[in-house]
Amino acid sequence: MSERITRDDVVHVARLARLQLSEAEIDRFTEQLGDVLDHAEDVESLDVGDIPPTAHPLPLVNVTRPDELVESLDRFELLAQAPFAEDGHFRVPPVLGEQP
Amino acid sequence: MSAIETARAVRAGERSAVEVLEEHLARIDAREAEIHAFNLVTEESARVQAEAVDATVAAGGDPGPLAGATVALKDNMCTRGIPTTCSSKILEGWIPPYDATVVTKLAAAGAVFVGKTNLDEFAMGSSTENSAFGATHNPLDVSRVPGGSSGGSAASVAAGFAALGIGSDTGGSVRQPAAFCGVVGMKPTYGAVSRYGLIAFGSSLDQIGPFAADVADAAALFDLIAGHDPRDTTSIVDFVPSAGAVLDQGVDGLRVGVVRELSGGPGSVEGISPDVIARTNAAVEALAAAGAEVEEVSVPSATLGLSAYYLVAPAEASSNLARYDGVRFGLRVDGATTGEMNTATRTAGFGEEVKRRIMLGTYALSAGYYDAFYGKALKVRTMMLNDFASVYDKVDVLITPTAPTTAFPMGERSQDPMTMYVNDVCTIPSNLVGHPGISVPFGVGDDGMPVGVQVLAPATHDALTFRVGAVLEAAANAGGES
Amino acid sequence: MTETAEKALPDGWELVVGLEVHVELATVTKLFCGCANEFTSDPNTNVCPVCVGLPGSLPVINAAAVEFAMRLGRALGCEVRPSVMARKNYFYPDMAKDYQTTQYDQPTSIDGELMLGDGAVVGIERAHIEEDAGKTTHIGGGGRINDAEYSLVDYNRAGVPLVEVVSRPDIRTIDHAKAYVSELRDILLATEVSDAKMEEGSMRVDANVSVRPVGSDELRTRCEIKNINSIRSLGRAIEYEALRHIDLYGSGEAPRQETRHWDEAGGRSTPGRSKEDADDYRYFQEPDLVPLRPSADVVAAIDATLPVLPAARRARFAARCTVSAATIATVVERGQDNLALAAIEAGADADKVLTRIENDLAIDDWSLVSVEGLAALISMETAGELTATQTKQVLAQLASQGGDPKAIATELGFEAMESDELDVLVDQLVADNPAEWDRFTSGDDGDRKKMQGFFTGRIMAATRGQADGRAVAEILGRKARG
Ligand SMILES: [Mg+2]
Ligand SMILES: [Zn+2]
Repeated sequence: MSERITRDDVVHVARLARLQLSEAEIDRFTEQLGDVLDHAEDVESLDVGDIPPTAHPLPLVNVTRPDELVESLDRFELLAQAPFAEDGHFRVPPVLGEQP
Repeated sequence: MSAIETARAVRAGERSAVEVLEEHLARIDAREAEIHAFNLVTEESARVQAEAVDATVAAGGDPGPLAGATVALKDNMCTRGIPTTCSSKILEGWIPPYDATVVTKLAAAGAVFVGKTNLDEFAMGSSTENSAFGATHNPLDVSRVPGGSSGGSAASVAAGFAALGIGSDTGGSVRQPAAFCGVVGMKPTYGAVSRYGLIAFGSSLDQIGPFAADVADAAALFDLIAGHDPRDTTSIVDFVPSAGAVLDQGVDGLRVGVVRELSGGPGSVEGISPDVIARTNAAVEALAAAGAEVEEVSVPSATLGLSAYYLVAPAEASSNLARYDGVRFGLRVDGATTGEMNTATRTAGFGEEVKRRIMLGTYALSAGYYDAFYGKALKVRTMMLNDFASVYDKVDVLITPTAPTTAFPMGERSQDPMTMYVNDVCTIPSNLVGHPGISVPFGVGDDGMPVGVQVLAPATHDALTFRVGAVLEAAANAGGES
Repeated sequence: MTETAEKALPDGWELVVGLEVHVELATVTKLFCGCANEFTSDPNTNVCPVCVGLPGSLPVINAAAVEFAMRLGRALGCEVRPSVMARKNYFYPDMAKDYQTTQYDQPTSIDGELMLGDGAVVGIERAHIEEDAGKTTHIGGGGRINDAEYSLVDYNRAGVPLVEVVSRPDIRTIDHAKAYVSELRDILLATEVSDAKMEEGSMRVDANVSVRPVGSDELRTRCEIKNINSIRSLGRAIEYEALRHIDLYGSGEAPRQETRHWDEAGGRSTPGRSKEDADDYRYFQEPDLVPLRPSADVVAAIDATLPVLPAARRARFAARCTVSAATIATVVERGQDNLALAAIEAGADADKVLTRIENDLAIDDWSLVSVEGLAALISMETAGELTATQTKQVLAQLASQGGDPKAIATELGFEAMESDELDVLVDQLVADNPAEWDRFTSGDDGDRKKMQGFFTGRIMAATRGQADGRAVAEILGRKARG
């Protein structure tokens, strides 16, 4: 089995991604993600020197929109899709902790 | 009858759009049960659209260039008032309050939407087996996959359920299923078609592309959906699509490059099967016979494409798919706190492949690994852009196989992610650099299933891919190849 | 500005504070969509697919927000440079996409500084563009976050454009922390980038607080204090936090780097989120938006339209007067500094002009007070033609009706006394104050000036301001020459 990613890494990543994994899934993902990362060894081991990164394939810049009002959504239509709405709001279970 | 011909006849009042629609619905009725191309057949709204087209014609008006042409729309594009699922339980039952730009454009052109087509969940897959609502089967052999992730749209066109199909291509998701189903499929230049309303997978890679039974229909569809959209910052401002106008220009004097790294020969990535190599070589010969100058060229970084792609796409996906949290739309599985609710919802709502990619992408971006994985992958993109730029100094277009094999049997690769990922090895490079590519059927492999040949061109030279595709198509037809 | 005298830290300790100020920009619409930048409306009414993070939606950045951000950057003396947006990934229900679109390693503005009233300089590390989150209301449990039964989310504020101004940890006293915020607010108002209302949340201050032994230049563990709602709270919060750190060090412990919440009612800070949520935001460049690259011309055009900023406006008075910095600050803050400056340049006494404006022109509309009128009035007062009380009355009428101060004084019956009556009074004073008279007649210039003030003051007191100052000066001079 690959040593690129450990079970602990998988558990940590699952928590960051808000996914709950069974023990079997943790094992399976540890192995499968390891395979993909093994394959990515060709990229990881590359000497890329000072090649700049390309986050976006097109050289577009400065695309903006004018500061003009556009009609908003109908609240009824929006909240009709909410799993739980109350009093014009989206309702959620208690939130523990502040915004980071 | 082609979509272009249908639209001409409908606009001339020679055929009714309703009648055209009923023919397609009848074919859906006959075979949808064994193919499962659709998540939803939108029979009623399609009739309303077709009747409106006929009414416009009757009133002496112009219902638009695609009047009455039937379209199968991949179910990852938003349709106002019609459920949009991405083939995921997490969006089951969600009804978007807005239309994607492509939907608006096609509706304005008089197209009739017959349904929302199946896909690999959130477009993550190459076989349309990873759907929460069951796999799609290849209409040419229902024991085989149609390819993916736009397998439903490709199968719809191949089965005659719709004249035209709309898919999205992040790593080959239009071109590879087109190849597997024996139809034409094209990925435009990144930014040629608006992504507004396309549910994001890998934002810097995703492009919406056309499917059709022939190159001319695909070009007509492309010309209609392409063009700047102020709602998509990444759409090219001055892009004027003109594929339809160049289809008959031939390839005399055109310089065609065969990419060594994707040709199956020495120095190539492994796993491209001999029958696919043979058909690709035949396609190259056909172009030479039509007057093209052929030479072998090298894109060294193309061999790194697969690795780079499976870092970049999952990284972007891990962020794009965060919003499925049970708060505003779609599925919610309750929990004692919002955090627990988020986790319960995502755990129940996402399928295995989606979870795997979210995990992979989260890992590639996480503290301590960004530079080694995501950061390096972005530098590989630069290397590829440079490699392609020098190759395009020498040649006008490139030829490769679309996929390493023909359509494989269902279930064959679904257990091992890596063997599935290898499917995209020839299509991925053009997503990473944002260049256009088309897959055109060119005969069949040893198993009798279609082989697709891919034509690549520099950014914004989309029309050129159709032009070369038309020559390949003519050669394939003349040789009795398809 | 300072409400209570600053309490010094215990001997041997020095405060190290950096401030992060979130400023809401005064645009018409949100940062990435055309919804109104207005969140006092009914909940979830100023929302659209973009700011609620619906699948398929895409952001398009607001040109005015970018311009405001650059304007603020230049006003803070920053280098305005090419920038990109990035995603900061974390789950929170009022963060619609479960990532914040912000700037990370390539912010719009870097390396500026802010000069405080007393000349102290605080470095500005960066000022970056980002979007605000929605609003979560905690229901039940007294509205306290951790005791709530459930929460309600309103996205009206989601996507409102912010600039986060991050100072360097250059602040060493509580007074300077407060002065920094007050100065920044003046700049925001002067540049019209924001309405800068701290009490309404359009300017939000987080304080990074640490302490160190005097003489050391180390940076010890800091805590970030959030939820500071006024300049007064800022002072209290910093003081509390600094003393908490000193206590911890005193008992052999050390503070932990964390985010803490200022509890204004309780006068203390409490820990924010749990340690479980270790921050790993997986920042990466926002693929849905393209880089911002302001040309030199664009930056020059911004510079050309920048108003003279409060610090420079205050500095214009420094060499001309002896009034307190607070008086100058008030006049500048009220926007009366141009009037004051012109009156001074027309010959009126600078200190008198500034104190009269500060004390007697604290009104909304002073447009009827002309420069000439004010200068003439102050000169009359300085020359002793009007008493302080009379001057105030004339100024009040000048402000409400306009006109000529001399005419108003006459109309109000504020006539100077006849000179023979004055002669008598002066003789009497000379007789009563021989020592002073001696200094007036045979002292140096300083003595002469002082004694002229002494005799003039006595006469004004005796005549309750009715005497004409110039006449008094003339009589004194004549008598001195003998
Ligand atoms: Mg911030
Ligand atoms: Zn909005």
